[in-house]
Amino acid sequence: MSLVLDYAVWFASLCFVVAMLCALVRLFVGPHAQDRVLALDTFYINGMLSLLMLGFRAGSAFYFEMALLIALFGFASTIALAKFLLRGEVIEP
Amino acid sequence: MTLTGLPLWATVPATLLLIAGGLLTLTGSIGLVRFKDFFARMHPPTMGTTLGTACVLVASMLVSSALVHRPAVHEVLILLFLFITAPVTAMLLMRAAFYRSGARRHVND
Repeated sequence: MSLVLDYAVWFASLCFVVAMLCALVRLFVGPHAQDRVLALDTFYINGMLSLLMLGFRAGSAFYFEMALLIALFGFASTIALAKFLLRGEVIEP
Repeated sequence: MTLTGLPLWATVPATLLLIAGGLLTLTGSIGLVRFKDFFARMHPPTMGTTLGTACVLVASMLVSSALVHRPAVHEVLILLFLFITAPVTAMLLMRAAFYRSGARRHVND
């Protein structure tokens, strides 16, 4: 039965990698800056999920902490970029 | 391979949740490429961000609980953080796009 779970982990990893490629296409093609920021947001979420899949296969707890850090820094970077697009400045005096 | 010898109550839901999460995230990212407008493109990735991530993290919780033989719920941290931050990100990006597209002037006039 664990073989089925192994195949499911592979399938999910493949899905996340294809999703990362889709986000990368939008990151390069995107006509406006906000499209690129949205693509970066999707990209880091998919990267975090594929890192969790690596943690599944390794059975280690360190991947969880890496995923948490990616979620934190990705949120901060997306907020900073959106604020820059909105106001032209990230931290206003 | 550490996934051998897991009990059945963890394996079957984890498999189903992983397949569902992968398909949801892939659908969201394909929608990000294929939709025409930025305001339409805001919608599909949130499906992967919330529901897909929730499926994967619940599967991870089940498998790690079965591995250590006690309830392991530390994945709830990522889930809670993403559920709090996804609307904030979406709202700020939407406001930035709305401001940059010049629609604000038409509304104010």
